[in-house]
Amino acid sequence: MKSIKTSIGASILAAITSLIISYPLSAVAEDQFISIPSYRVGPYGPNGQAFYGGFIDYLNYVNLSEGGVNGVKFAWEECETEYNNAKGVECYERLKSKSGTSKGTAIHTMSTGISYAVLDKSQTDKVPLIMMGYGRTDAVDGSVFPYAFPLVTTYQMQASAIVKFLVQKNGGSLTGKKIVFLYHDSAYGKEPIVALEAESKINHFKLTEIPVAHPGNEQGAQWLKIREENPDYVIFWGWGVMNQTALKAAQKVGFPRDKIIGSWWAGSEEDVIPAGDAAKGYMSATWNVSGKNVPVIADIEKVVYGAGKGNLSDKAKIGTILYNRGVSAAIVTVEADRLAQTKYGKGKVITGDQMRWAFENLNITNARLTTLGATGLLPEIKTSCENHEGSGKIKIQQWDGTKWVLVSDWIEGNKNLIHPLFKASAREYAKEKNITPACLKN
Amino acid sequence: MLYREAGQFKTTYKADSQIFPILQDRVGMMILLSVAAIGVPLFASEYWINAILIPFLIFSLAALGLNFLTGYAGQLSLGSAAFMAVGAFATYNFQLRIEGIPFFLSFILGGLSAASVGILFGLPSLRIKGFYLAVATLAAQFFVVWCLTKFPWFSNNSSSGVISAQTLTLFGFAFDTPISKYLLVLFIVAGLALLGKNLVRSSTGRAWMAVRDMDVAAEVIGIPLMKTKLMAFAISSFYCGIAGALYAYCYLGTVEPDGFSLELSFKILFMVIIGGVGSILGNFLGAGFILLLPIFLDIVLPFISKLLHLPLSNATISYIQLMVFGALIIFFLIVEPHGLARLWQIGKEKLRLWPFPH
Repeated sequence: MKSIKTSIGASILAAITSLIISYPLSAVAEDQFISIPSYRVGPYGPNGQAFYGGFIDYLNYVNLSEGGVNGVKFAWEECETEYNNAKGVECYERLKSKSGTSKGTAIHTMSTGISYAVLDKSQTDKVPLIMMGYGRTDAVDGSVFPYAFPLVTTYQMQASAIVKFLVQKNGGSLTGKKIVFLYHDSAYGKEPIVALEAESKINHFKLTEIPVAHPGNEQGAQWLKIREENPDYVIFWGWGVMNQTALKAAQKVGFPRDKIIGSWWAGSEEDVIPAGDAAKGYMSATWNVSGKNVPVIADIEKVVYGAGKGNLSDKAKIGTILYNRGVSAAIVTVEADRLAQTKYGKGKVITGDQMRWAFENLNITNARLTTLGATGLLPEIKTSCENHEGSGKIKIQQWDGTKWVLVSDWIEGNKNLIHPLFKASAREYAKEKNITPACLKN
Repeated sequence: MLYREAGQFKTTYKADSQIFPILQDRVGMMILLSVAAIGVPLFASEYWINAILIPFLIFSLAALGLNFLTGYAGQLSLGSAAFMAVGAFATYNFQLRIEGIPFFLSFILGGLSAASVGILFGLPSLRIKGFYLAVATLAAQFFVVWCLTKFPWFSNNSSSGVISAQTLTLFGFAFDTPISKYLLVLFIVAGLALLGKNLVRSSTGRAWMAVRDMDVAAEVIGIPLMKTKLMAFAISSFYCGIAGALYAYCYLGTVEPDGFSLELSFKILFMVIIGGVGSILGNFLGAGFILLLPIFLDIVLPFISKLLHLPLSNATISYIQLMVFGALIIFFLIVEPHGLARLWQIGKEKLRLWPFPH
């Protein structure tokens, strides 16, 4: 009896072991394989669901509606990171081994921490790391960070654009105004401080910085201090549960919500709906618009969900800010793949290194966006070695209690002020790591 | 049959007091080490080295550090991640600010910095015990992370507070490939584990155990409490500090203070508890269990769900993984509250007699 048990146990163990050993060999050869280190559980799970849902839906959409790019279909695999850096690294390594050619094509981690953790690795593996709207922000300088792309906007440019919006709103001057910067006390929250300090010198406003410790579900002290300061505006760099808490706390101390402007991490439906009517009037930055009236979003719903291949179980998330952001990220990735194919051979699987070239030479114009059905979904992007950001534009949106309403056109941050800061920081990094800055040709 | 020690006589004190008194153990250890040092670099894939073996070794070392303190000296601590952070940031600063310092020297200095912080936060242990001490070490956890975030000097004024590790070089050889990093980690961890094993068999280790079992009695037989306890804190933090430096330099490459959170401290504590309190081997088993089992489940569960055609989404699989992991922890703690190391020991006892029942 005992021996039977043992042998059953042994055979199960052997089967599982063989599964694991054979596992990395099941690579996808003929498709363009994309690594997706996503998060759908944990404290930021709801945000990840919408973002990666949109991302995957668009890849599916390209596969279904035009059979991939020049006949090369997209394949992908997800790995759950739980927004945890160590897990992100494990996922990155695991997914990388899935395809020898593409090495993962382009990595979107949707996490500042994980991006930092895989930055060096992606450089060694020659696969582009795409950080749309987050950081490492000094990777704008492509001569020091050839494989890292903080596309569309960075924290600093965003902060600068928010200040510009406030200047416009106040008739061209912020002189003598008081602005409080309330931020998540982490790499994410601290990056814009340099930009805001520089802006405060130029625009002569008084800047007060108030940190909130992670996770930020207790902000009574901070908001009491804000009430004491009685600032004209609060610029708000929150993330996750911290966002709704801040809005409720602001309501409690009676600070008007239409004087609070959040970053794009603090500007999704997931942030304002839980805050209820405390969120009404709250403004935030965004680099993509929400809603289903963008043709491509409506088309995805028809084609992908019509075919029963939709990624979201909760269809109500279609057209939300983060869903559309996922679609935008996928559009940029697919466009880069298209560009790489025109240079390196149509109908071929593109390597990570070729993708890098494509991301550095992107030129997504409004005309192109219109062809794609993504008119106005995201700003135009034109990258170069000196400018891995490629846009620096955001819009300001306001929550009316049920949906986000745009209250501005595309606003570009003060590039002449901010980009030299990136350059200096990148040079510092290069010195620390003994890198000689140089632009890669292809 | 294979594992029988009949015929192995010990004729000298030296033979009697060696670490592995049984021949089979010595041979096994040799095979294990040679597989780790030669076989793995030859055959393992980059994924295995980078994502599994390196963190496994590093966390084993951190668990070993905590085990000195908690398992041997009986002082409960929740500050392991903080000591790791001190090790990582100190090593970074030594590398950065002292031109041409050899990296092993900066590792040792990083470990010593962690040790001195450990002694500082170990001082309350002279007055308080048990759960109250755990709360006092919790202060270390929060203070260190706060301090590293608050003063930008520690991260070389990086606007984000993130440090990125320099490449390690020794006599012109750069440790920049996964295999070289792995061998470096293996060398350090194996060396420190050997040192640790001998340490707990020495008078220091016996003093720790005496304090753990009953500190008043220990004091009565002439063991200086203050020295023993602070020594435990220092050595424990030294090991954690080295582990932290390896974590930054050989595993992640870039670290931020927030990465060394309370969660990480708990993780290390769980490794010690699952692996075996007061055991050297247990740290490796515990680190393996806590670190590798979730990855294992993560890989196996989607496979099973595909085989059985279950309509499980990625998120559901992650939830199932958490549940299975939790259930297994409870299972092991019920079956063997003394940890996996004890299971191993029982297995060895059985093997000695096998195939006879008595």
